[in-house]
Amino acid sequence: MNARDEILGRVRAALRDAPAAPEPARAYRRTSGMTEEARIELLVDRLVDYKAQVWVVDPGQVAERIAELLAGTGECIVPAGFNPAWLPADSGETVPRMRTDAPEGPLTLAELDAAGAVLTASAAAVAQTGTIILDGSPGQGRRAISLVPDRHICVVEAAHIAELLPEALARLDGTRPITMISGPSATSDIELERVEGVHGPRNLEVVVVRSPVG
Amino acid sequence: MSQTFLGMPSLPVHGEGNIHATEPFPAAARRELGNAQLRANLGHATRTIRDKRLKVVAELPDWEQLREAGSTIKQNVMARLPELLEQFEENFTARGGTIHWARDAAEANATVAALVREQGVDEVVKVKSMATQEIGLNEYLEEQGIAAFETDLAELIVQLDHDKPSHILVPAIHKNRTEVRDIFLREMPGVDPALTDDPARLADAARTHLRRKFLTAKVAVSGANFALADSGTLAVVESEGNGRMCLTLPETLITVMGIEKLLPAWQDLEVFMQLLPRSSTGERMNPYTSLWTGVAEGDGPRNVHLVLLDNGRSAALADEMGRSALHCIRCSACMNVCPVYERTGGHAYGSTYPGPIGAILSPLLTGIESEDNSTLPYASSLCGACYDACPVKINIPDILVHLRGQDVDSKRGKGKLPSQMDAAMQAASWALSSGRRLGLAEKALPLGRLAAGPDRKITSLPGIAAGWTQSRDIPAPPAESFRAWWRREHGKESGHGQGPGHPTGQGPAEGKP
Repeated sequence: MNARDEILGRVRAALRDAPAAPEPARAYRRTSGMTEEARIELLVDRLVDYKAQVWVVDPGQVAERIAELLAGTGECIVPAGFNPAWLPADSGETVPRMRTDAPEGPLTLAELDAAGAVLTASAAAVAQTGTIILDGSPGQGRRAISLVPDRHICVVEAAHIAELLPEALARLDGTRPITMISGPSATSDIELERVEGVHGPRNLEVVVVRSPVG
Repeated sequence: MSQTFLGMPSLPVHGEGNIHATEPFPAAARRELGNAQLRANLGHATRTIRDKRLKVVAELPDWEQLREAGSTIKQNVMARLPELLEQFEENFTARGGTIHWARDAAEANATVAALVREQGVDEVVKVKSMATQEIGLNEYLEEQGIAAFETDLAELIVQLDHDKPSHILVPAIHKNRTEVRDIFLREMPGVDPALTDDPARLADAARTHLRRKFLTAKVAVSGANFALADSGTLAVVESEGNGRMCLTLPETLITVMGIEKLLPAWQDLEVFMQLLPRSSTGERMNPYTSLWTGVAEGDGPRNVHLVLLDNGRSAALADEMGRSALHCIRCSACMNVCPVYERTGGHAYGSTYPGPIGAILSPLLTGIESEDNSTLPYASSLCGACYDACPVKINIPDILVHLRGQDVDSKRGKGKLPSQMDAAMQAASWALSSGRRLGLAEKALPLGRLAAGPDRKITSLPGIAAGWTQSRDIPAPPAESFRAWWRREHGKESGHGQGPGHPTGQGPAEGKP
């Protein structure tokens, strides 16, 4: 008998007493009544606690903020589909070269490794845990680009911020390649004390964009 | 398909690999307790993590509801495991993944080695995984001429030091920062000789050491924290980004996962991703969680494999009292709160799974007859701290007692259980089943006082009872039994052995009134 059938047979035999399969008890919090302002405030607090740098801006200020963040940086990777209104205007000198990573022309790992930063959008965020979620949609790119560069600048739209994890996960398609990011890379492996910065980006900079007024 | 299984043998098939203790727990514990540095390191680390966990758990008003959800979801999974495994297989395969089933450690190891060879390489990068520790994958690959590079910082420390993990979350918890620095200086090629013991500098050294490996590796091996049956999705929860590197950059990804790791649906992740980080590292959320469903076009590995491992899990599932040990999500909260683990450390348990969960899981996977694992259920004071801390409410103390019973039963009749024990238990049963008989037995109390002598302590008992006095003295018995005292003091007014204020038939439960 092959391994599959044998294992399934063993498992069925183990359950001969036909144990009950209770319905999951979902009495925990699944919805929140928090205002956008409160969600932004909570997210910022949690991100800062994890040593991320955070800026909260109005929709019209994103490009300017990103230009300031990128000043002096070498090359910056940007995925295809990134909102062009958020890209810094090319003034020629202070703004670094933006290199687009697109499905039809992916950059090599060496190119990603040599870049000074990567700039992406995000699919959702969880205020309560300080978590930003990327799902590879246009503007977020494939997983490697937000991993290999040492600096990740991530734009989070206020409308995408949920207070609770269940609210955020409900908005996502779980079959997409998903990365949940809570602060920069870290470890607690030496004496269980948290140290930021191991293999993932050691710098996480988050630009939170308020929803347009009215 | 289901007709195939009619008439299947129902005898549980136990697991093998690094889940067998190699010496009895008391002997191993005695040796480990002699290491003062180990105890200091463990005391510091477990205190740190306990405080962090309590703080983030207290933040959630619905923590108990989340635990209840976690517990009921896992009960549901175990009851429906065959159906969920088939559903998962169908979805994972439909998305371009390949499933391999492994009855035991040897089959899993051979499968992984063959998949690595298929890619024409002789080295792999690894994400920390309990399943691959359990089956001894690294050692097997080494025998096969394949080098496995551990990339989790603590696993790297343990691997460089040719040591064994002693904790499921922080395998190098028994090493302090200075010891880690010394290991790096000794074993890490090209390390900066001026390396200090600042944890940030040590983490930086690991980054430099592994960077080239990540960017050039062709094959990665991982475990998985969760698998979602309704979509075929796998999840790895981590902190450093080494997981993301391994899961994203190589062309081939081989994941080894126990069959019990399934969750029914995407929605269930909302429960476990709240329970796990807070219980394990004491964080609101771990820095990185990766989720993948088969092969994603243009994103990540082209060849995605999953080895589904039994290795004793079906045997554990067959134990009605013990099966909830399979609910374990490997958070390590139970060992961080355990007074025994805090003192002996993880190596004393012998198995890949130390601490309270290991004391039940290892013998459930191997069977209680596995000689040295039969000592593990006794590695506990039954204080219950592990049960309180467990995010999926595994009643570890109850299962420990259940397994102690199994151990005694398995030794009975094999000549392994001293006949004195059976005789003593039978005598106790006879005496305790009637008040008159107990009264007779109590007449022997003065003999005990005689044995205790002038210092009023009994320091050594004969026969198997010597085990009791090996590490403690027994105080001399009182000159008079409680029942005799009661008769003397209250005999007249109660007449029927009932004191004032006590309802019919119920004497005081303890102490003197």
